[in-house]
Amino acid sequence: MIAWMNWTPTVVVFFAVIAMILAVMTVYEVVSPCTERKGFLPIETTRGDRLFIGLLSAAYIHLVFLAVSDITLWVALAVSVCWLLILLRWG
Amino acid sequence: MNKISDNRAWWLVLPVFLLVAFSALIPLMTVVNYSVQDIFGPGQAFFVGTEWFKSILADQRLQDSLIRQFVFSGFVLLIQIPLGIGVALMMPKSGIKGSLCLILIAIPLLIPWNVVGTIWQIFARGDIGLFGWGINQLGIDYNYTGDTLDAWLTVLLMDVWHWTPLVALLCYSGLRAIPEAFYQAAEIDRASKWAVFRYIQLPRLKSVLIIAVLLRFMDSFMIYIEPFVLTGGGPGSSTTFLSQTLTTMAIGQFDLGRAAAFSLIYFLIVLLISWLFFTAITQADKEK
Repeated sequence: MIAWMNWTPTVVVFFAVIAMILAVMTVYEVVSPCTERKGFLPIETTRGDRLFIGLLSAAYIHLVFLAVSDITLWVALAVSVCWLLILLRWG
Repeated sequence: MNKISDNRAWWLVLPVFLLVAFSALIPLMTVVNYSVQDIFGPGQAFFVGTEWFKSILADQRLQDSLIRQFVFSGFVLLIQIPLGIGVALMMPKSGIKGSLCLILIAIPLLIPWNVVGTIWQIFARGDIGLFGWGINQLGIDYNYTGDTLDAWLTVLLMDVWHWTPLVALLCYSGLRAIPEAFYQAAEIDRASKWAVFRYIQLPRLKSVLIIAVLLRFMDSFMIYIEPFVLTGGGPGSSTTFLSQTLTTMAIGQFDLGRAAAFSLIYFLIVLLISWLFFTAITQADKEK
């Protein structure tokens, strides 16, 4: 299955995690629907908006780490996860 | 009231979902997959992790073309948006003159992009092109194939000629949607022409202008065919924009991994900017 189109395990894990996040968020939304609210971000956001902002900024955080430092990307990942959680809770 | 909720209608969305999956999602996933590998041929792919991203981010040639791209898009917006508003303000409001103006202005939009490039390539030549020959006759040394500044001016002029009509048409439709009562009220207050523009027309054009800026930004940011035909990216690499660098890498050098990493970074930039525009539009709608 993975050998098809040269899929590498890393990429499979990456997309599986994203799919899982989306699935969990969908279930969460069905169980307790969210409303728009305003946190520390300058705009009113729903839970999905904040997830999108979090994922997009996570991509940029990784790129910045790659561009300016030689630190392992696990640090970037940790920073991104923390930022995503902060954003989801207080954003 | 007892409302029956039936979500089975969502199944009707399934065909669209499948279509988008095959036309957008799977190709995008493939690009992500290629960006972490070095591919020499079928069955000869090696996992390289984030190597490509690192080398792309440090590549001077790509940084240069990214800066060129932003400068180009910036100039396109700075020139075309005010010019488009100006043209729309000067167009006749109605009648046969109005219709004639609309048709004349829309003509550049109907011309295929590679033809636009060819037209300007000939038009701007010093020996047989009317524009290039005319400028040279005025005593100005103009040669878009040899001089960087001339090449830039020609590419910009071509884009202005090609796409300002779009901005003008959008603004024209926005202006026509302003009720006559606004102008009458302004006349009673003896408002100057500038005041009418500043406090009536411009605020009412806001939503149209956001769309115009978005369209013009996206189009100029992924411009490929016109400069490719006109200057071929030269002289040197002075008019080589992002998409042309990417095409050279992916198809010319067949460097799939590098090109994939590059496309992802390109994609992230476009995604961020589109999101900013989208948020601006929805926020503006909310304020109404």
